[in-house]
Amino acid sequence: MTDSAEAARALLPATFSAWFAGKGWQPRAHQMELLARATAGESLLLIAPTGAGKTLAGFLPALTDLARRGKIPPGSAFTGIHTLYISPLKALAVDIERNLMKPVSEMGLPITIETRTGDTPQAKRQRQRLNPPDILLTTPEQVALLIANGEAARFFKDLKYVIFDELHSLVTSKRGHLLSLGLARLRRLAPGLRTIGLSATVAEPMDLRRWLVAQSAGEENHAGLVTAPGGARPIITILKSEERVPWSGHQAKYAMPEVYEAIKQHKTALLFVNTRSQAEILFQELWNINEDTLPIALHHGSLDVGQRRKVEQAMAENRLRAVVATSTLDLGIDWGDVDLVIHVGAPKGASRLAQRIGRANHRMDEPSRAILVPANRFEVMECQAALDANYIGAQDTPPVGDGALDVLAQHVLGMACAAPFDEDDLFAEVTSASPYTGLPREKFGRIVQFVATGGYALKTYERYARIRRTPDGLWRVSNPGVAQQYRLNLGTIVEMPMLNVRMVKRGAKGAVGRGGASLGKVEEYFLEMLSPGDTFLFSGKVLRFEGIRENECLVSQAFALDPKVPAYAGGKFPLSTYLADQVRGMLDDPARWGALPDQVRDWLALQRDVSSLPRRDELLIETFPRGSRHYMVAYPFEGRLAHQTLGMLLTRRLERAGRRPLGFVATDYSLAIWALDDLGHAFAVERPSLSALFDEDMLGDDLEAWLDESYMLKRTFRNCAVIAGLIEQRHPGKEKTGRQVTVSADLIYDVLRSHEPDHILLEATRNDAAAGLLDIQRLGDMLARIKGHITHRQLTRISPLAVPIMLEIGRETVAGEAQDSLLAEAADDLIAEAMGEPDS
Amino acid sequence: MQRLALASTEIQDFGAVCARTVIAGVEAVCDPLGALYLPETRLLVVSDLHLEKGAAFARRGMMLPPYDTLATLKVLEAVIRRHDPAIVISLGDNFHDRIGSAHLPEIFRAKIVELARGREWIWINGNHDPDGTVNLPGQSADELHYAGLAFRHEPSLIAPDGEIAGHLHPAATVIRRERAVRRPCFATDGRRLLMPAFGIMTGGLDLRHRAMTGLFDRPSLVAHMLGRDRIYSVRFANLRG
Repeated sequence: MTDSAEAARALLPATFSAWFAGKGWQPRAHQMELLARATAGESLLLIAPTGAGKTLAGFLPALTDLARRGKIPPGSAFTGIHTLYISPLKALAVDIERNLMKPVSEMGLPITIETRTGDTPQAKRQRQRLNPPDILLTTPEQVALLIANGEAARFFKDLKYVIFDELHSLVTSKRGHLLSLGLARLRRLAPGLRTIGLSATVAEPMDLRRWLVAQSAGEENHAGLVTAPGGARPIITILKSEERVPWSGHQAKYAMPEVYEAIKQHKTALLFVNTRSQAEILFQELWNINEDTLPIALHHGSLDVGQRRKVEQAMAENRLRAVVATSTLDLGIDWGDVDLVIHVGAPKGASRLAQRIGRANHRMDEPSRAILVPANRFEVMECQAALDANYIGAQDTPPVGDGALDVLAQHVLGMACAAPFDEDDLFAEVTSASPYTGLPREKFGRIVQFVATGGYALKTYERYARIRRTPDGLWRVSNPGVAQQYRLNLGTIVEMPMLNVRMVKRGAKGAVGRGGASLGKVEEYFLEMLSPGDTFLFSGKVLRFEGIRENECLVSQAFALDPKVPAYAGGKFPLSTYLADQVRGMLDDPARWGALPDQVRDWLALQRDVSSLPRRDELLIETFPRGSRHYMVAYPFEGRLAHQTLGMLLTRRLERAGRRPLGFVATDYSLAIWALDDLGHAFAVERPSLSALFDEDMLGDDLEAWLDESYMLKRTFRNCAVIAGLIEQRHPGKEKTGRQVTVSADLIYDVLRSHEPDHILLEATRNDAAAGLLDIQRLGDMLARIKGHITHRQLTRISPLAVPIMLEIGRETVAGEAQDSLLAEAADDLIAEAMGEPDS
Repeated sequence: MQRLALASTEIQDFGAVCARTVIAGVEAVCDPLGALYLPETRLLVVSDLHLEKGAAFARRGMMLPPYDTLATLKVLEAVIRRHDPAIVISLGDNFHDRIGSAHLPEIFRAKIVELARGREWIWINGNHDPDGTVNLPGQSADELHYAGLAFRHEPSLIAPDGEIAGHLHPAATVIRRERAVRRPCFATDGRRLLMPAFGIMTGGLDLRHRAMTGLFDRPSLVAHMLGRDRIYSVRFANLRG
């Protein structure tokens, strides 16, 4: 035990020691160390595995301080909140209230604790502002709302502690950016406040330590670090199936009987998948073979909230044997006695796997158990790589990243709503938040202009400005309506346009009856593909699409066996750079194949004989004819997003070289392009040469030209425009449907791009796309890495390694690009028809 | 923005990019820029310009790009130059809100004056701008009967024959191989024609939407869809492959 922990013993009030003793517990070393250092005035980051008593550790400094303060006598002057606890999940805030209230009431501490989330009734929020609790448990969005309020200064003046739970998951998103700006404001309102960040193990703890404290130019400021010892090592196995592991696909249907058997042998199993559609399919497959009718439930973000809460409740009460879930259950809520985690499909990242496995068993001295179920042969290797990484403790959490400009615009408007501001002062405050330290003053000025009038070169909106600089030099909101608008549009989570799915009864003549239960939400673009009568899988049921009425999708119970599946956007994580490197390393090193199943080993050996296996730092390219087409398959192992971008750029280049490419498909591991010309021959005679084709300069003009047309950029723009407050999610009394927002965002994008391509919001969009959907950084690193290391195999037929991606052709298409060719197809139908019937 | 690009492109074979149709016996040409031209009477129809939409939103605190009026007028100029009509009918929702024409910046007003020179110009009133236009050439009317056709903003429920209307911003969706493409369109069953919205920053309403119910004889309904550089004519029944 450290000296500071010894010192902390003295800091622990007798009530607390007695309570610990009464439970037969010992305060843990990291809890005491954190208490001592926080009490001494330090801001701290606590890194601890699940089950290490992280929550209690985080609250101990505040609880002991409040216990010493005692109850505030009635009639005292207004006292603001003492401690703010911020969690990324609403449910987490509710969960913590339960877990925190218990010790507080058992010790009889005079401390008031309340939650405040989007679900908190207006009256209670009002009351909280007038009479704040000592500890407020809340979400990042509520923090933004509170600091934008005119009474924020009063409310937060006594703030001592701000506790951030699951900080590792918060900081990498735009939500984290907004919260970092909120924290900068809190520091200004309560200059003495200390921060405590609670986090799982991360790749770069220093990023989080900086995030927790104020930054200033030329200084290195960071919070202190407290690390709890790791728990027992998890026991992870890869499902060794008797069945044949498929070449491709993501559903692991082959393994269902063995998965079911594993569920039967445990108390409660959590089954993780990467996408919501995979969750639907897995759930369906399990119930198909659920002969013992075990209680198996489904949980994902699109389901109706009521239904999700029911599942959570049933789980907390240990009434379920298994839950199929996506990332909605990723974060650290205690969900009953889970004793097994089954991961179906590859985990895509070593840290993600570690965190998901941490869900099983919250007592840190017992090992968690997990089974990985690879869905195809590449995933077998990926699972093996992730498993190796988990044992050696590798981390590949994403970096914090530079603060987003759209988030900054939202914050600037919020600060104007709180009180008139001086531009230079606010700039200093904003750049004290670690994601924004590098923000140039000039760019900040453009953001302020954007908030005021849209920041356009053509200045016709001055008289409509939302905020104005008054003669005293301060920026103020023009009218109270602005604040209302801000409150309604606050937040950084922009949903895809979704429609509510409602169950109806189908009448005798196909007439649709009145509405029944709501099942959840599904993306509107998916429904556009459906005609009445089509079936799809949702909420664990096969549903028949009846039509769209108002903003609802009406469905009825169907009995079809082969439903279409909701093709949800998002939810697919690309393979992490770290795992990609591990998989490449495994391919290159037959000594490591021993851990792989025989059939996978045989597959790799065959590949080595008929073509070759890529070396770790090499890019293998195979070309071969098939049918009337010529294919090239490249194996960069850089993740689907980077491969998609690469595919777009390579087809452009091949087109220009006259090689007549027809299409491409990308997976996490490889990229296939097909063309009318013999690509193998073309590369052999260097028309074009592969080194020229894969030259880094593709990230210059080619990228620019493609981006301009890219639907991905439009989707990103819509997000930025909503977050920045250019277009609204909702407007008082004028609820738009999601669809209308989409359409107009695309149109706005087009108008803006053609008239003012340098606009700040387009810059924000390009920054976002480069980092997110396009993975350009990663593509650039790859192109640099493989320079001079491209190996070309000109084959006469498809190679074993190429089979998986070839099977994806037709299954995965590149959606959304300019699609006049589809119109031409449909119009040709009309012509054909007209030819047959000359009179029509 | 494809129409803005198309507006500045020289078209060699105009017949190949437009679609011919007949409404209540009157011949008409659907121009891929989104206007309808009646050669016999040298009449050009555009609908739902929604000029000053950006400004209308800015007045309510949403700072949309102030370039929409400029862009819409550019396309309008291109289509007027192409057909050199004797009469121009703007079929309502000419401005996005009631005060749009009164607050129109002078450069845009001057452009409209220039376009209207030497022709007759009729502003049909729409639901967004029911009070007519201020300070602009031409005359305002609630509806117009001319050359055997009826021109009104909102399609009527009782008299479909020979009606040219706007208001609904019709769009059609073609689905092939689980991919969907949606484009604004002229929608006609030979009796009535609905105009696509001409304004650059206007959205569309699918032909399958409830608001379209009962307007057309569906077996004869054809969507003349605005493609990147030409009109694609697709029968209603063929939209979903």
